[in-house]
Amino acid sequence: MRRAKAAAAPYLLALPAWIWFAIFFVVPIAAMASVSLTTGNLLEGFQQTFSVSNYADAIGQYHTQLVRSLIYGGTATVVMLLLAYPVAYWIAFKGGRNKSVYLFLLLLPFFVSFVLRTISWGFILADDGILFGPLKSAGLLPGDFHVLATDVAVIGGLVYNFLPFMVLPIYVALERVDPRVIEAAYDLYASRWAAFRRVVLPLSLPGVFAGVLMTFVPATADPVNARVLGGTGNTMIGNIIQTEYMTNNDYPTASALSFTLMAVLLVGIFVYARSLGTENVLEAAAR
Amino acid sequence: MRGKLGDRLLHGYTWLIIAWLTAPILVMIMFGFNDKKSKSNTSWQGFTLRWYRELFADGSLTEALVNSLQVAVVSTVLTTVIGTALGLALGRHRFRGKGLSNFLVFAAISTPELVMGASLLSLFVSGNTPRGLATITIAHVLFSLSFVVVTVRARVVGLDPSLEEAARDLGAGTWTTFRLVTLPAIMPGVLAGAMLAFALSIDDYVVTSFVNGNELTFPLWIIGSVKVGIPPQVNVMGTLIFGIGVAIAVANAIASRRRT
Repeated sequence: MRRAKAAAAPYLLALPAWIWFAIFFVVPIAAMASVSLTTGNLLEGFQQTFSVSNYADAIGQYHTQLVRSLIYGGTATVVMLLLAYPVAYWIAFKGGRNKSVYLFLLLLPFFVSFVLRTISWGFILADDGILFGPLKSAGLLPGDFHVLATDVAVIGGLVYNFLPFMVLPIYVALERVDPRVIEAAYDLYASRWAAFRRVVLPLSLPGVFAGVLMTFVPATADPVNARVLGGTGNTMIGNIIQTEYMTNNDYPTASALSFTLMAVLLVGIFVYARSLGTENVLEAAAR
Repeated sequence: MRGKLGDRLLHGYTWLIIAWLTAPILVMIMFGFNDKKSKSNTSWQGFTLRWYRELFADGSLTEALVNSLQVAVVSTVLTTVIGTALGLALGRHRFRGKGLSNFLVFAAISTPELVMGASLLSLFVSGNTPRGLATITIAHVLFSLSFVVVTVRARVVGLDPSLEEAARDLGAGTWTTFRLVTLPAIMPGVLAGAMLAFALSIDDYVVTSFVNGNELTFPLWIIGSVKVGIPPQVNVMGTLIFGIGVAIAVANAIASRRRT
């Protein structure tokens, strides 16, 4: 009796979460797949036709925004990597007793709502705002100078919002590097640069990998930065999907777009994982 | 010598990044004190505490904040209970469906929020479910569930199973063992998961924007009023949330430093 109860325990514990995932995650994704293969509209109803024309239409109509999102997301990820690595390196190796203080300061933005801190940037970068207003009246900038509604504003916003997600995993990977391994490199007459390139960098690649995954996907699919900081020429795929669902009620096209986005991101992750796979990382470390 | 200079440069650079990350927060706090006269709150016009006194002057904004808090509390409680249970099962037991559970947890974390929101809307539309605070809460439980599971699982894995065995040898039943031994031991993980769930819920815009119906939460209200100008009360509310969050985090850090 007691043994039967013990054997049932894990199933009872897992059951509520399974139900939640099944009803609100697996079924909806399947529902979306089925909606993306229907034709019709909200008034006349949707018919299940299993036609892939929605995908062709969606991609044909919105490939500009899809490609732009990938370029924005990719550029932001590269910039984040370049900005984050030196910070993570310095905190991990030179942070000393204050490591947790530095990490806490880097995480401060998370105590402010995502939407609010993006708006705060819009505020700082406003054409006649607190930064450019005085510079313009002092004649240091031309009167028509603006940053809002440009690629730079949107990519900058993405970098700002997701940077801590890049710093943390790289920091964790660098923290784990045994200082004696680096000393061994110096003992073997490696220069500072050689020790970094051949010992520290390869050992930190798993952190870089995690950081890129944690930033590229949300940055590419983000609708907030383009909406708050961008103009009509900076619309990203996230904004299109939102409008198609909420304003146009074009559920088939919107579902097809969502799936296309997810597929593109998954393929991107897969290619990236293959090109920088764990085996290669180990190989690089062993070389 | 060259190494020392490099270190100093990196040190300065780290502070530069921190300053850049903090700048918008300072601007947000500052403009909650701005004595603005015109409609837009974009230039500094003098110090005032007026917006703190008139914090709840805008009824719809207050309602949105209350909605956010309500959803955050309910979804945090639900997520913590459901997620802790799965975390315990995954950290402690071997069972059929363990691999599938791990996959679902990972898949839910890595699905873009946009896709999660869109797919939930598809479900609610095809089921003719009226959208409102209930559907927002359901969505929030879904996207924070995995984070609670991962946090609790990590804590359970690090737990010594002989503690529970000892309790059972001393005649404690399953429930007593759980209440007096297991739960206190995994409590830091459960609390961390709950705080994460609360933070994710109160901050969410993307998923919520799909399933909200006519109800507004705090982030949705703010983004809806970008075009007409954000009232200073939003800055004040943001400042208060920031202050409370930082205070809790610092208190938590001090408490855990004392324990060790």
